Parts: sequence; C-alpha cells; structure tokens
Amino acid sequence: MLSSISNKVLSGQRLTREDAISLFKSNDLFTIGRLAGYVAEKKNSKNAYFIVNRHINPTNICINRCKFCAFSCSKGEEGAYELTIEEIIGKLKPSAINCQPFSEVHIVGGLHPDLQFEYYLKMLSAIKREFPSIAIKAFTAVEIDYMSKIAGLSLEETLIRLKESGLDLMPGGGAEIFAESVRSRLCPEKITGSRWLEIHEVAHKVGIKTNATMLYGHLESLEDRVEHLLKLRDLQDKTGGFQAFIPLSYHPKNTEIGGYYSSGIDDLKTIAISRLMLDNFHHIKAYWIMLGEKVSQVALLFGADDIDGTVIEEKITHSAGAMSGEGMTKEELVYLIKKAGKNPVERDAFYNPI
Amino acid sequence: MKRIDSDTGLNLFKNSDLLELGEMADNVRKCLHPNDIVTFIVDRNINYTNICINKCRFCAFYRDADSPDAYVLSNDDIFRKIEETIALGGTQILLQGGIHPELNIDYYVGLLREIKGCYSINVHGFSPPEIFYLANRHHLTIRETLLILREAGLDSIPGGGAEILSDRVREVLSPKKIKSSQWLKVMEEAHNIGMRTTATMMFGSVEEPEDIIEHLDAIRKLQDKTGGFTAFIPWSFQPGNTELQTSKINTATAVDYLRILAFSRIYLDNIKNIQASWVTQGLKMAQIALRFGANDFGSTMIEENVVRAAGVNYTVSKEDIIQAIKDVGFKAVQRDTYYNFIKEF
Repeated sequence: MLSSISNKVLSGQRLTREDAISLFKSNDLFTIGRLAGYVAEKKNSKNAYFIVNRHINPTNICINRCKFCAFSCSKGEEGAYELTIEEIIGKLKPSAINCQPFSEVHIVGGLHPDLQFEYYLKMLSAIKREFPSIAIKAFTAVEIDYMSKIAGLSLEETLIRLKESGLDLMPGGGAEIFAESVRSRLCPEKITGSRWLEIHEVAHKVGIKTNATMLYGHLESLEDRVEHLLKLRDLQDKTGGFQAFIPLSYHPKNTEIGGYYSSGIDDLKTIAISRLMLDNFHHIKAYWIMLGEKVSQVALLFGADDIDGTVIEEKITHSAGAMSGEGMTKEELVYLIKKAGKNPVERDAFYNPI
Repeated sequence: MKRIDSDTGLNLFKNSDLLELGEMADNVRKCLHPNDIVTFIVDRNINYTNICINKCRFCAFYRDADSPDAYVLSNDDIFRKIEETIALGGTQILLQGGIHPELNIDYYVGLLREIKGCYSINVHGFSPPEIFYLANRHHLTIRETLLILREAGLDSIPGGGAEILSDRVREVLSPKKIKSSQWLKVMEEAHNIGMRTTATMMFGSVEEPEDIIEHLDAIRKLQDKTGGFTAFIPWSFQPGNTELQTSKINTATAVDYLRILAFSRIYLDNIKNIQASWVTQGLKMAQIALRFGANDFGSTMIEENVVRAAGVNYTVSKEDIIQAIKDVGFKAVQRDTYYNFIKEF
C-alpha cells in the first residue's frame, strides 16, 4: 500500500499532503520506520546527537493559561514563582551540580505580567558575561511576541535587541498545532499559528536559528498534523533557518483538557512521518523528557537523530505527569544511543560535534 | 514457518536488524492471534512473605527473618486482598513469596483450603523454587508435593524463578536458588499432572546471548514434551536496591527489550501467548511491544511489590490498560488464567 510512497522516498522525491495522510492512516509501522531510518541515515549517517544542556524556567506566572498546560500559575497563586537574575546565574554554575560545563542553556517561561523587556535583556547579558561559552537558546515565539508588545518595538527590533544582548537561538515551543479550530479550544489566549510562523521568519531573517515543534495527541486531527508539518516545510524552504523539528507528545495530567497520553506507537509514527515529510530539516529530535527514555531510544530507529540532552531540571512536562526522570547524565545518554546501534555525538547548540 | 535451530537463532538474535526482527515477530503474532485481540487478566499479586533464605543478588524484595520490615501476611490480610480483587472483577490471585524457613506444608495446605472454602478464584501460586523447597523439606517427591497442593486448591503455577536457565548465570545471580534442571523438573511434573504454568525470563544482568538461547531452547523442548506452558513472559532486570546494582548504565534498554521480545515470539513457536511487561517497561513500551510479538498485556496487578522494591513504579488501572490496548488498534479482552475470553471492552 505504501509502495508509491516508498518509491518516492527512495528516489528522493518530496512527499505530498496525501502521502502524509496515507502514512498516518497506515498500520505498516515497520515500513514507515525503515523509510524514516533510511532518510535519517542519508542525512546524518549513523550519528545520534546529544548535548550537555540545562533548562531554566525563569517564571511559571503566565497570563495565557493554556488549557493543556499544568505548569502555569496566576500571580499570587500558591506555587507561583519568579527567579532573579542572580538565581539564574547560580543555577548555571557547573559546581552547583558537579558536572562538566554546559554547552547550551534552554530558557522558556510564562508571560509574566510585570517583568519589563529590560529584565530579559539583562538576563541574557548577565549570562553571557558570566559564561561566555554557553549558547543561549531562549524564549519561544509566544514570549517574543509578548516582549515586542511590552517594549513597544517591532518584531525585528525586539529580536535584534535580544540578539545583541546574547540570544543565540530560539526554541520551537508555542507552535502547538497551527490549525485555528484546535488552537481556539486549546490555547485561546496564545498567539495564532500564522503569528508563530511570522516570528520565526523574522528571527531567521535577523540571523537567529530556531527549532520547531508540534504538540500532538490532544484534540487535533491527522489532517491538522499534516497541515502543521507542511507549513513548517514551506517556511523552511523560504528561510532555511530551522535546525530541528521536535514532535511533542501531549501529557494529560493536571491539565484542563485531560484525556490520555499519546500511544507509544503514535509517538514512533509521528517521529517517522515527520522525518519523511520534513525533507528540508536536518534534524528530528526525540525529546526524551516528553517521550520517556525508552521510547526516545527506540525512536532513534524510527528516523530521529537527536535525543536532546542532560536537561538537569525540567518543570513543564513534569507538571503534566511526565514519567521520565528530570535529568540524565552524559554517560546514560551515550549508553542509550550506543545500545540503539547509533554513533553518539556530543554537539554544541549549532550541531557542531564536540 | 519452519522452526529455527539454536545456531540460526543465535545469529538472528545477535545480528538481525531490529525492525526486521520486529516485523517477523509481528507476522507470527498475527498468524497465532488473527483477530487483533489483545488479552489481559484482572488479578492481584499477593506476596505472602518477603522473608527468603535464597537472597538472590538481583532481588530488592527479600528480607532476613529478623529484619525490621520482614513480614508474613496473616490469612485475614490475604482474604481481605482477595475480596478486594473479586470486587474489582478479578479472576485470579498470584500468590508468591520468599523461601521462608519456618513455613511448612501445613501452612500452605491450610491457606489454600481456606481460600478455596470461601472464594471462587483461581489460585496461580508458588513458583518452582517454593515448590522445590517444600518437597525437600518434607522429603516428598515434586509430584507428591504438587498433588498435595493441588488437592488443597492450587490451580496453576507461575513461571517465576526461571531467571536465566543457564547454571553458569545462576551461579552468579542466585547461587542458592534451584538449578536450571530443577526449575524445569517442577514445571514438567506440574504439566504431567495436568497443571498449566507460565514461563518467564529475567534478562539484562550478566547473561550472554548464548545464555538467552539456552534458556529459550530449554523452554521450547519442555513445551514440545508437555504442552503445559500457557505463556512466556520476558522482563528486564531492575537494578535498584539490589546487590547486583552497579549503575543504571549496564542494564537492558528499551531496544534490548524489544529484541528479546520479538526473538522469543519467533523462537518459541510452540507457545501461544507472549506477554508484554508494562510493569518493567511502562505503558508506552508495552504498546510498542504489541507490534514486536506480544499479544497479551499481562495483569492489572492491583498491587505489585517485587519490581517496586527495585524503585520502578508504573501505576496503572484496568481502565488505563484497556485504553492503552485500544489506542494502538487492538480489541481489549479480559481473559482468565487459561486464556479463555471473559469480556471484550
């Protein structure tokens, strides 16, 4: 049934919307996995990448309060917190957790109603001053949109100011599912899908590489997923500014929507189909925090070439019932990759091997 | 499909591509279970004691008799657990414990009689090390011991204690536990008197691929002879809190689990059912396992103490299991001990 798709993949032709829908509807897990593995190996040989990184969530106070989110709080609510810049710097000191220096810090947080644009600029420059060798991957498109509003600056100016203060890369969060019919039920306060794409386009234009994500397994249809992938592929054709695509499996605990975890099979298929559809993305990441250490490892045989990193401390997915640990050591990451028959490569934030 | 011999098997196990192996296993599973049905059982693990003289190096559950958290459940505690199980629609209890030096056959006979006098439930109980110990203690043959226990109410025997059926490995893992041939002997005698049993394998500790093949070969040979195994259940060594614990990074990974599972489905051509182990792998991996050879989701457990003692705790309800099975495109069917269908959900 998938033979025409197989032929296209093996001859390097681009897959269509209809192809993607056939793949999602197909039960032929092994053919899909093999095709995705073929593409992954063509792009990255047997390499599977990881990074020594750390996550920091400066605040969980957020004015958006998306219905799938179990992390956010309103100001004054029990459990609400905000970190000072000194606290953030403290978390980045390798001595604090007895580990080798980080290559990258990943910073995302809520839309805090009171923090000024200057706070973010100071955060970036303080990190750069203290740790010049750590790449800063920070602020989703949602936060960038918010900053441009509180600063009264255009998107381009906002991003340039952030870049000048030390922003190296942007993460791919906040994309969720672009389809408005789903988005309006999932996260009505959040920026639209087209705004998310616009922000990434501007970021690419000013020389900031970014990632892209898709949150799946909640209210969306297969068609919505395919549409999402196609929009990312189109933008990547235009700018080439995306580094990696990261499918994010929905976690139902403590959220307003509830429902179920995505299945292990759906996780593998979504990774594989993303690899097949996004022919212009170099990397597909099986983010172990979301998928769990076990499914992420298996995903390396279904088209993924990156498993993310040490992370150290993860709050957002764990608020919604993540069953993974909060951090992994470098040795554990290397072991998982080797046992999957891949070649572990420690990378920096820009996918240069270390 | 033609039976594969042990040399071909070893080569396949060591060198095949995992997706190819998985697809082969998936095809075997489809032939044996053509209606897209995945079964599960509602039962409860009741561990009547954690006192054990075997002290296996891979185990985090056992205690010495004088340890502060050593226990033997009272019969009343066991009955309460059975009543809760029946209230949840349960059809079986899995009754297993340590090798307790003070408990004699009268204890077992009394307990089984009382259970059977009060409750209509299948007692799946006492793995081969427990049976073997009782036989020795009372100078009975294995067959005599089994007949006494069956007469008192024992229905079927779980496949625990097999670990790896290779004495080289057992010498390292569990020197005080019964040998490979003794485990097989208990199962053979049980099958000979018409009792059904399962078979297990605990992998991911110190064994080599050759040991895995030796294990599967022994099970397959006995099954050729008796046909008494209902299912095979592989699970991975959980190192937490055990003497064998070195560090997390030497244990079986998800990819290893799928390889063992798929290979078992292919090699054990005379055993109808292969169980996925959500207890050691989590629900998502158990779902993936359904495409790598498994056709059964095991038990709802209700409580599980042995794996949990090693620091692994996936909490799952009956509804979670049904949902997990349906989410990957199978029909979820509750079964009894003998794999008869009870109810489709």
